Amino acid sequence: MLDLILTQTLNGLASASSLFLVASGLSIIFGVTRIVNFAHGSLYMLGAYLGWTLVAWLGPASPLGFWGGVVLAALLVAGIGALIEIAILRRIYPAPELFQLLATFGVVLMIQDIALAVWGPEDKLGPRAPGFRSFVILFDSRFPSYELLLIAIGPAVLALLWFLFRKTRWGTLVRAATQDREMVGALGVNQRLLFTSVFAFGAGLAGLGGALQLPREAATLHMDLSMIAEVFVVVVVGGLGSVAGAYLAAVLIGVLHAFGILIFPKITLVLVFLVMAVVLVVKPYGLLGRRPAGQPRATAVEPLLRPADRATKRAGLLALLLLAALPLAAPDSLLLILTELLIFTLFAASLHFMMGPGGLASFGHAAYFGLGAYGAALAVKWLGAPMEPALLFAPFLAGIAGVVFGWFCVRLSGVYLAMLTLAFAQIAWATAFQWVELTGGDNGILGVWPSAWAVSKTAFYYLALAICAACVLLLRVMIFSPLGYGLRAARDNALRAEAIGIDTMRVQWAAFAIAALAAGVAGGLFAFFKGSVFPTYLAIPRSVDALLMVLLGGVQTVSGPIVGAFAYAGLSEQLAKLTLYWRFALGLAIVLLVMLFPRGLVGGFLAWRERLGPGAGAR
Amino acid sequence: MTIDRRRFLAAASGGAVALAAPSLVRAQGAGAIRIGEINSYTAQPAFLKPYRQGWELAQAQVNAAGGVLGRKIETIFRDDAGKPEDAVRHAGDLINAEKVDLLSGGYLSNVGLAIADFAAQNKRLYAASEPLSDALVWSKGNRYTFRLRPSTYMQAAMLVEEAARLKARKWALVAPNYEYGQSAVKWFKELLKKARPDVEFVAEQYPALGRIDAGATVQALEAAKPDAIFNVTFSADLTNFVRQGNTRGLFEGRDVVSMLTGEPEYLDALGTETPEGWIVTGYPHADLATPEHVRFRDAYQARYNDYPRLGSVVGFDTMNSIAAALAKAGTTDNEALVAAMEGLTFPSAFGSAEYRAIDHQATLGAFVGRTALKDGKGVLVDWRYADGAKYLPSDDVVKTLRPAG
Repeated sequence: MLDLILTQTLNGLASASSLFLVASGLSIIFGVTRIVNFAHGSLYMLGAYLGWTLVAWLGPASPLGFWGGVVLAALLVAGIGALIEIAILRRIYPAPELFQLLATFGVVLMIQDIALAVWGPEDKLGPRAPGFRSFVILFDSRFPSYELLLIAIGPAVLALLWFLFRKTRWGTLVRAATQDREMVGALGVNQRLLFTSVFAFGAGLAGLGGALQLPREAATLHMDLSMIAEVFVVVVVGGLGSVAGAYLAAVLIGVLHAFGILIFPKITLVLVFLVMAVVLVVKPYGLLGRRPAGQPRATAVEPLLRPADRATKRAGLLALLLLAALPLAAPDSLLLILTELLIFTLFAASLHFMMGPGGLASFGHAAYFGLGAYGAALAVKWLGAPMEPALLFAPFLAGIAGVVFGWFCVRLSGVYLAMLTLAFAQIAWATAFQWVELTGGDNGILGVWPSAWAVSKTAFYYLALAICAACVLLLRVMIFSPLGYGLRAARDNALRAEAIGIDTMRVQWAAFAIAALAAGVAGGLFAFFKGSVFPTYLAIPRSVDALLMVLLGGVQTVSGPIVGAFAYAGLSEQLAKLTLYWRFALGLAIVLLVMLFPRGLVGGFLAWRERLGPGAGAR
Repeated sequence: MTIDRRRFLAAASGGAVALAAPSLVRAQGAGAIRIGEINSYTAQPAFLKPYRQGWELAQAQVNAAGGVLGRKIETIFRDDAGKPEDAVRHAGDLINAEKVDLLSGGYLSNVGLAIADFAAQNKRLYAASEPLSDALVWSKGNRYTFRLRPSTYMQAAMLVEEAARLKARKWALVAPNYEYGQSAVKWFKELLKKARPDVEFVAEQYPALGRIDAGATVQALEAAKPDAIFNVTFSADLTNFVRQGNTRGLFEGRDVVSMLTGEPEYLDALGTETPEGWIVTGYPHADLATPEHVRFRDAYQARYNDYPRLGSVVGFDTMNSIAAALAKAGTTDNEALVAAMEGLTFPSAFGSAEYRAIDHQATLGAFVGRTALKDGKGVLVDWRYADGAKYLPSDDVVKTLRPAG
């Protein structure tokens, strides 16, 4: 037994190394540029694929060919990173927080299709490393020597990074920028060069991590997204910006995986996120992270939200009338698309309510959407409920989850809060996935069809329109209610808000629960619209969808989520029909939109109107 | 040639007829027959690129021979990105906007189930090509859904037949942690226990799909000291599992029985790592010399300059079975098509097969053989064709498994 414990520890340490390489890169990039680089997993994947090609080209049998290929792959990925920074990210640094995430997500989509086009659909298994092909006998069992090498590489890179950051000028500048980047700029440091070099360096680490995986894992087109989720966890558990923390967390997660297999073979997926939730609740800034110095929002003064003026109200009413009159003329197929868009609009608006006025960005909003859908479906399946009461059950389940999860989440802020929401969402997802007796597992719950009167496409469209429009308007009213004002006060300056007697945490908690409730309504409608529910409803991609819709529309506008939902969902829907390379097209469209409208579509429109005539500004 | 008035008028009226013809013809139902094909093209390209090529080959052959019912066949391909809700959206759009006559496709089981439920609700024929879930034709089966490939149960039954002959008594199991993996393990245990009451199962590992921690998994299996291993992992999980298992000697002196590993999609990726002597289900594309298969392989090779994968066969056969059903029904009316599909015998690349009337499962089989390494590539040797019809439960049992009847 002791032998097994020791070997599993070594296994854990071996997988921790590549995790650490990728995570440290992400952490350094975030520390300096404040960018949550969603494309970091894609850079890791590129490292693996480029390594595969280069090693094959240079000759996998000779040590020089193999290690030369690995290093060259890392350098190439660093170059690609620099290119991404110069071409895209540099242009959008002043945009609101998290907006860059949208751009990097566009890059993720593009790289997926590029990799498919260049390397084809088959998995690529790399050669074994020269000199490390075989095994050594450890504790009576064979242990691959390459894994031992990996175990050594982790701390070696950690030491190298420590040296770089403590002993070189560049490292000192990086540390300074992590502390206070405005000050570094004020002191005359070339920020552009610093940012580009940091991004390239972080990308290179990811590429190295990918290339080093070759002898133990095949390069696949799925490795980007599975890595990025894991790496987010490592970075957050370790503490953002802390390289040593990243190593500690990588070891923790790696060892946890290795032992989770022995003790809970079926729940390895959720174990990691459970640990992340516990760490964040106990140590809100991660194991070795520090509370960010100074006001996090010192520079970005959010524009004031104002109630709609007459023109906006008219436009809104007109749009609503148009939507209501549409079934008279539109074909069924258009109604189906519009129904889906309406539901997504409510979903996006619910996220916007906590994210825009509340300043509480959520990476796991799909949890409440999905719980709503499951609430409705479970009521149908287990209670035999017809559609109407089942639809009431949807926000109920989502609301309870919102109240419970929200209580923990509002104690944090910024990216840490976002990560805790992600952890809760993953736990909810894993529950839906694993509790097969109740939820049917990944085969989902089928036969969730609407009551007879709402079966026709027109009837269901009107049902969705009525509920979604009412909820969106209600959310809008709430933004301009005392709760909404309190929420914005808490977002802009928690200290002052507390001083004038606003219980900021309670206000945010209420907003969290309301957002969850509204998302649950959308989820319940979605369940009856599709006729079935699946764990994918709560999965990360759906949370990302919601985030993209809100960001694309414009976070600090009231109509943003509506426009964003129509733009994003409509765009992806149409592109998916047009071409099988729709991911590249969608990614490119996102990147272009981000660069053209750095405040979102509605934000861009408002800025344009503001310029035309002072005093006309309203939303 | 001079154009006189008569000629001009004749040509003009001819042109007018030609212009007006499509709508006239369409009204009589003589335009192309349209199939809405939904699949995870971007999420699972390794299987689905060959699948689409096989499909298009069959379609071109059918159309070159004059089509069915005097009409050409036309396919509208849609990508569900691996999400059931997207598949349902495409299904709605295909029926309402594209006016397709029937639906087909599906790779992941949950996508297949979602389309099947949609098809039942909308009374449309759905030819499920690939999803392996038993639920698709049994517990959640419906009147409008038919499935081509041998199900999880059938493939497990084929392997149990071989596994029962082994001396091994202590078995370890490894399967991806989702419905396919879990039901493969469930059937394997149940059927093997029935055939060999003396076996016991000493370890079970359920790595997350696409996220196997191969080293730790191999170590955990090794620690249980089994006589034999039953593997359900596939694709990248399999590749990583095999490499770690080879280095750590997990497979030495042990029998391994493995689902789907003999399919070129997975065997090719293993290359020189291919373990020898595993008992697997698969497809010996290079060695299968039946006339139907040679014809198919030659046509495929000529058209794409590549050898067929199993996906190619599945795409090719699905398309051909739909064409056969249309020809038998004599109409595109879906109720008549369902009636025609029940008990339909259709030509496939592996010989003729039938959609059973009792549960809408096709009797298409799979090849059972052993893996071997030849010239640095994995191949299937000592294989035989296991006819799907022989690996299904008795009709009485099927009736209890399928409430839809």
